[in-house]
Amino acid sequence: MASRDDIKFLSNPNIGSQRKKYCRFRKYGIKHIDYRDPDFLLQFINEQGKILPRRITGNSLKYQKKVAVAIKRARHLAMLPYVTDLLK
Amino acid sequence: MLQYEVTFIVDPVLSGDEIKSTAQTYEDLLKDNGAKMVHNDNMGLKQLAYPIKKRTSGVYFSFEYQVENGSIIPMVELALKRDERILRFLTVKLDKHGIKYNEDKRNGLIGKKKSKVSEEIKEEKKKEGVKTEPKKPAAKASSSEEE
Repeated sequence: MASRDDIKFLSNPNIGSQRKKYCRFRKYGIKHIDYRDPDFLLQFINEQGKILPRRITGNSLKYQKKVAVAIKRARHLAMLPYVTDLLK
Repeated sequence: MLQYEVTFIVDPVLSGDEIKSTAQTYEDLLKDNGAKMVHNDNMGLKQLAYPIKKRTSGVYFSFEYQVENGSIIPMVELALKRDERILRFLTVKLDKHGIKYNEDKRNGLIGKKKSKVSEEIKEEKKKEGVKTEPKKPAAKASSSEEE
């Protein structure tokens, strides 16, 4: 017979609880975002090439602005597309 | 002193020498106007994300230079704009973090999360490497003898 303690683990208690988002630039001490590194910037755009919002990436305001500038510079230099489909 | 960085794309249809001479023209132009070159980076032929002037690829160059003030920038940009061999260009002023980032990148420190930590790791690895290298061949030699 399953006791009360066993039943407690029949469903995963972590289901439904979201992992806390954090700003990776603050956490890892990244101060400068390079616009010549399109592979890194790919993490901050969706498959249409649009910049992802802060509520999804978890970036702090300061670094979200820097990411946005870096992506726009990369687009100008044709390292990232302005418009596309199926980027990822 | 202010530090700037100009990245430009050269037409890939030109021959290798012409591409180099194009880049050299702008290096000379910067030097003649009193700029101190910090680093010249030939990033090589890359695919463009979208066609520019009906070209689908381009040769990327990036020059980092120091000048007393930004008065030469408009002149350099005008020259780049008038040049048909240049597909695109972008001049960026570097702040202290940018300067440090580029230095670290040149020294091969970027790619790890913290530059300071990676420096320490590298130093440790060097020390370990010196110690372990003489041991390893000896161990291999002894094992081969046993076989």
